[in-house]
Amino acid sequence: MTFTPIIGIETHVELKTKSKMFCGCVNDPFNAPKPNIYTCPVCLGLPGALPVANKKAVEWTIKIGLALGCKIALFSKFDRKHYFYPDLPKGYQISQYDQPLCYEGRVKTEYGEVRITRVHLEEDTGKLLHQEVDGERKSLVDFNRSSVPLVEIVTEPDIHSAEHAKAFTKKIHQIIRYLDVSDADMEKGSMRLEANISVQTEEEKASNMLPSYKVEVKNLNSFRYIERAIHHEVARQSQIREKGEVPHQETRGWNDAKNQTFTQRSKESAEDYRYFPDPDLPPMRFTTVYIEAIRESLPILPDALVEKWTSAGVKPQDALILADDPKMVDVINHLLNHTDIDIAKIASQIVNKRILVDFSKNDVHQVVEKLLVDSKALSQTTAIDEAMLVKTIQEVFDENPKAVADYKSGKKQVIGFLMGMVKRKLGNIDTALLITKIDELI
Amino acid sequence: MSAISTKTTAHIASLANLPLSEKEIQTLTPQLDSVVSYTTKTSQLNTDAVEETAQVTGLENIFREDEVDTSRMFSQEEALANARQTHKGFFVVPAVLEER
Amino acid sequence: MLLDLSIHELNKGLDEKKFSSVELIEEAFSRIEQLNPVLNALITVREKEQVLQEARRADATRTEKTSVLHGLPFVLKDSYVTQGIQTTAASTILKDFIAPYNATVYQKLLNAGAILIGKANMDAWGHGASSENTDFGPVKNPWDTTRVPGGSTGGCAVAIAVRMCAFAIGEDTGGSIRNPSAWCNTSGLKVTYGRVSRYGCIAYASSFDTVGPMGKTAEDCAMVLEVIAGKDPYDATSSPHAVLAYGSAIQKPRPLVVGLPHEALGEGVDAEIVKGVKTTAALLEREGYTIKEISMPMLSYGVAVYYQIAPSETSSNLARYDGVRYGQGRDQFTDETKRRIMIGTYALSTGYADKFYHNALKARTLFIEAYKKAFESCDVLLMPVMPFHAPKLGELIADPLKNALTDALTTTQNPVGIPSLAVPIGFSSSGLPMGAQVVGPMFFEEKILSVGYRIQQLTEFHKKKPAL
Repeated sequence: MTFTPIIGIETHVELKTKSKMFCGCVNDPFNAPKPNIYTCPVCLGLPGALPVANKKAVEWTIKIGLALGCKIALFSKFDRKHYFYPDLPKGYQISQYDQPLCYEGRVKTEYGEVRITRVHLEEDTGKLLHQEVDGERKSLVDFNRSSVPLVEIVTEPDIHSAEHAKAFTKKIHQIIRYLDVSDADMEKGSMRLEANISVQTEEEKASNMLPSYKVEVKNLNSFRYIERAIHHEVARQSQIREKGEVPHQETRGWNDAKNQTFTQRSKESAEDYRYFPDPDLPPMRFTTVYIEAIRESLPILPDALVEKWTSAGVKPQDALILADDPKMVDVINHLLNHTDIDIAKIASQIVNKRILVDFSKNDVHQVVEKLLVDSKALSQTTAIDEAMLVKTIQEVFDENPKAVADYKSGKKQVIGFLMGMVKRKLGNIDTALLITKIDELI
Repeated sequence: MSAISTKTTAHIASLANLPLSEKEIQTLTPQLDSVVSYTTKTSQLNTDAVEETAQVTGLENIFREDEVDTSRMFSQEEALANARQTHKGFFVVPAVLEER
Repeated sequence: MLLDLSIHELNKGLDEKKFSSVELIEEAFSRIEQLNPVLNALITVREKEQVLQEARRADATRTEKTSVLHGLPFVLKDSYVTQGIQTTAASTILKDFIAPYNATVYQKLLNAGAILIGKANMDAWGHGASSENTDFGPVKNPWDTTRVPGGSTGGCAVAIAVRMCAFAIGEDTGGSIRNPSAWCNTSGLKVTYGRVSRYGCIAYASSFDTVGPMGKTAEDCAMVLEVIAGKDPYDATSSPHAVLAYGSAIQKPRPLVVGLPHEALGEGVDAEIVKGVKTTAALLEREGYTIKEISMPMLSYGVAVYYQIAPSETSSNLARYDGVRYGQGRDQFTDETKRRIMIGTYALSTGYADKFYHNALKARTLFIEAYKKAFESCDVLLMPVMPFHAPKLGELIADPLKNALTDALTTTQNPVGIPSLAVPIGFSSSGLPMGAQVVGPMFFEEKILSVGYRIQQLTEFHKKKPAL
């Protein structure tokens, strides 16, 4: 029996606004030196507190939606999502339910397109730690992260392999970093991933039916984990379905050390979040002028950038690598302004680390100048005294009798080695001259 | 019109995180039923072509600028001042076993 | 008694140095010491010496530029957070809770130089119509201490009636300011939704809650309103609508058209109350007001719609009381509060939300349309506040449905957001106060206050005090 993995990815991205989503507290939970130092009545959920929405967070969510090819809702609102958990101070999370800011987008990857169902804005929760206090097992809560702006990106179940999932998440990561709206650091928790995984039987596939269950897998803190967890989970579920059974609908975590997923929470019955529009927050209405202005402000995105560079002559594999580093983008774009340079060669030199780009200089023009100087130095040949050259070549012949013998016996490629040995002694000598001389003297 | 059963009461109490004793469930059920049944009076109204009103302010796009407001921020002591139990700057709760 | 004087008269007296703030405070404390043990109006009474110090400072800093509220004693419903002073919402859950911040309305009053005397008893979380749903002992009606004063802002109305303060700030979600005002013979204003900031007001139903002034007269309410109204950056639902000089605006005589909805004056309302309202209308007519009889059948759906939306919102607003950051556990809620949380949770739950919550929001639109239509032909409406007189203690709290129906006449205004002023209009044959409410369109507080002001020029009911 063959099973088709049916995978959807849910990504949460913490926006790096200065202040939190619904209050003016500092938004920097990861670097906070102590717990519970960035709180106020609002994000601590005190009696009588009221939320007011962060304008920039809304704008940046729309930016993300546009970058992911989404439509932007002209009318949107916040809703309350109810559940009880110690890190959720109000007993509800302010989120978006039926009228999210962005919807119906698409992201291209080398494994195929993935449709984006929605991109919406909500507030993050506090953080829970588990520790023993006075000999008893307790949980400790820190609200520094409470109410930090959080963007949720949900896909359709269009992903059918672990590799595709990894490529997709890398793409999202790249785009978010391009927009400079989040550090999107999976280790620090500013980007969090969950996968909804099920496996489809041949019959289901034939009748275009999705499986009746899905398993949510969390704690996927790196691209590597995603790939491994999906492989494992698909295998686990396939085994169950082979027997004719249906896997439990549940939430599982990924344990990388043990290379397995484990049950975290049974999701037999769907949670009843009792969504309703948040009465404390007036709704949002956008004009197309406003949205187009945000679209104008988008930087050129990775795919378009790679295309631009390859058209200018950069080798595709070099372009892909360089495009992955937002710092490099400005540099390469500036290089392209110089018409008299070999951009393909320089790009390769950077990728192969034969030139190191010095980012300590603040001005991109200075960075580029230094870069060009270094590149030129690589191609520069040292002027050499004829007698010195002959003497050195002889030295190299004496020190490497086997290489000489090989060359004479027909292994012409050994000349590269001999050239290298000469250059080591004398520096960067004009290649053509060197070949001629070695050939002469050998 | 189905009456509210004790099973419903128990389920609602669990959704609402209200710890109720068996006795309370028994007492509350008919009380809830009487009020809820009364409210079904609204089904007499014709609301087919009517839009919902969630807000009466008529306001839209009320935002705050992305600025830090130190005047409202608490010190750690202020934040923890009313808690039943704290430990090294954290709020303490009974160990939570299920992850979310 | 000095505190018999209106805010305007108190200011005059203080300006002319006929008496001092210290004397006002002394008098207030004397009334509290004498009557609070009997009436249980206040949960927290501030430390006398500290308050006297504030009064002395107020006397010393008084100028012709200081606010009309400078140096006057006031009481806050115990649902407003006050830094350093206990705020309980009349629930054991918040016993000993000291908020680390101030409600905006409180801060505004402090900035105006007014002096807080204490925090008033109430129905916990706003859940009630009698001030019996409290963990701090029921409040008693000063006109008959075997009866309830009304609720949920019972403590404030009582405090004003027996002169424990010059004015108070209450909160009205479905009648909570108007109800006790009617049963205690005081005046109280449910403002337009968004007129006064809700920041720091412990929420009951977020889209219905209003922060409002209570006092001996409509004029007093107007003067307090001027100080507390206005947009607040901390409350996204607060209105940018201009704040008028309500105190002077209401004195302008206006020959308004006053509508009398006949559904509010018929079956289900005590005959004496109906007579009181009609007599009041006749008085206004003699003064040049036009009285118009209108029909508003939607009024009879008030309780049914209110009791789907308000409990839904309260079930949400009370979710934060989990004992983690403050307060006690959720088992400490009273039965009435548990009922409302459960009704609300049910109305929002999967499978029922469409039939209850969402359908109620549609009915809300019908209320809005009904009042809009009424205000096309009338400037204001006049109707009773309560369908019956203040019951005996224990009657309402024992019967959840009867308790809910107490709000029959005050539950249509909040879902629509319109303002309504309660004023005394007489006494029943057994000596119990009766009130009428003047209802107006959104942001027309000056219209309804002007009618209340006129009624109080034509009658003397508001001047009467309980024998205590």
